[in-house]
Amino acid sequence: MNLAQLNIARLRFPLDGPELKDFVDGLPEINALGDASPGFVWRLTDDSGADATALRPFEDRDDILINMSVWESLESLRDFIYQTKHLEYMRRRREWFDHAGLEAYAVLWRVPEGHIPTVAEGKERLEHLIKHGPTPEAFTFRDPR
Amino acid sequence: MDRMSEDPIAAVGALGDPTRRKAYELVAAAGQAVSRDQIAQALGVGRTLAAFHLDKLVQTGLLEVSYARLGDRPAGPGAGRPAKLYRRAESQVAVSLPPRSYVEAAALLAEAVERSGGDLTLHKVAREKGRAQSGADMWEVLRQWGYEPYPRGDTICLRNCPFHALAQEFPPLICGMNHALLTGLAQGAGWPVRARMSPEKGQCCVVLEGDAVLEGDTE
Repeated sequence: MNLAQLNIARLRFPLDGPELKDFVDGLPEINALGDASPGFVWRLTDDSGADATALRPFEDRDDILINMSVWESLESLRDFIYQTKHLEYMRRRREWFDHAGLEAYAVLWRVPEGHIPTVAEGKERLEHLIKHGPTPEAFTFRDPR
Repeated sequence: MDRMSEDPIAAVGALGDPTRRKAYELVAAAGQAVSRDQIAQALGVGRTLAAFHLDKLVQTGLLEVSYARLGDRPAGPGAGRPAKLYRRAESQVAVSLPPRSYVEAAALLAEAVERSGGDLTLHKVAREKGRAQSGADMWEVLRQWGYEPYPRGDTICLRNCPFHALAQEFPPLICGMNHALLTGLAQGAGWPVRARMSPEKGQCCVVLEGDAVLEGDTE
């Protein structure tokens, strides 16, 4: 089994504004770093093919961005997000994003090898986490199943 | 959360002997597994006595053992047994009398900050604390905070994360706090370095880079 990951975040400022510049400028490097990391399988992209910043997972919310990816294991995902330059961007996450009005903003779940999850599937897992707390169907880094 | 020592008072008690304490400090400062011969030489005692102290430290959980052939002898027949090597244990020892549970309290507080999205406030507080509590002697201040600094070229690396258990559980929040604290310490005393995130397994996620312009990180 592989590990799928979804997270959503609310933009505090317009994506093309000066406040988000460092974040947007870092995207190509950090995405390339993730793609080349051990255990990386797939990540969601919009029509540009570069990243997912044009996607809006909730129709009525144009300020909520989405991230979704698949990894070979929890450890490989964890190593990428916390043991590489990605951590520098994690450190600054609240300069750019918050989760006001969002009950949960990150979820993990297992997928069969070869399966690429859809956005609808990811949102269902997030709903499951909100409703039932961490379970094998939908869990978090701090409470892995 | 990290594994805690099973009998922390016995572990601390084992350090009551000055030679043994020195042995522990030498192993910790080495940053890698070391042999009894190396420790015996550094202590100026025989290898039997060094081994006695090192094995006591293993028994109480302060050190861990591994076995490896050392590089100075060829492998294969006649190379002899692998050397017994010692390194500091991953687990941490905390003793508080009367009992106090600050690690648990810190985890609750960190979770509350995380859930309320209060990263930037925590980072601001840490930066202010660093500025207020800094001192001119950079190495001494870093040692007092428990960072165990050592040089690598122009960069100062930090062997120990004083917030390790919490950082494992809340990496962006606590590593960010740590980065802000070090930024504050550097700014407060005007050290010619700049804190930068540079995560590396087995040590602190922040390094101090030399000869940098001291600006930025002031939000």
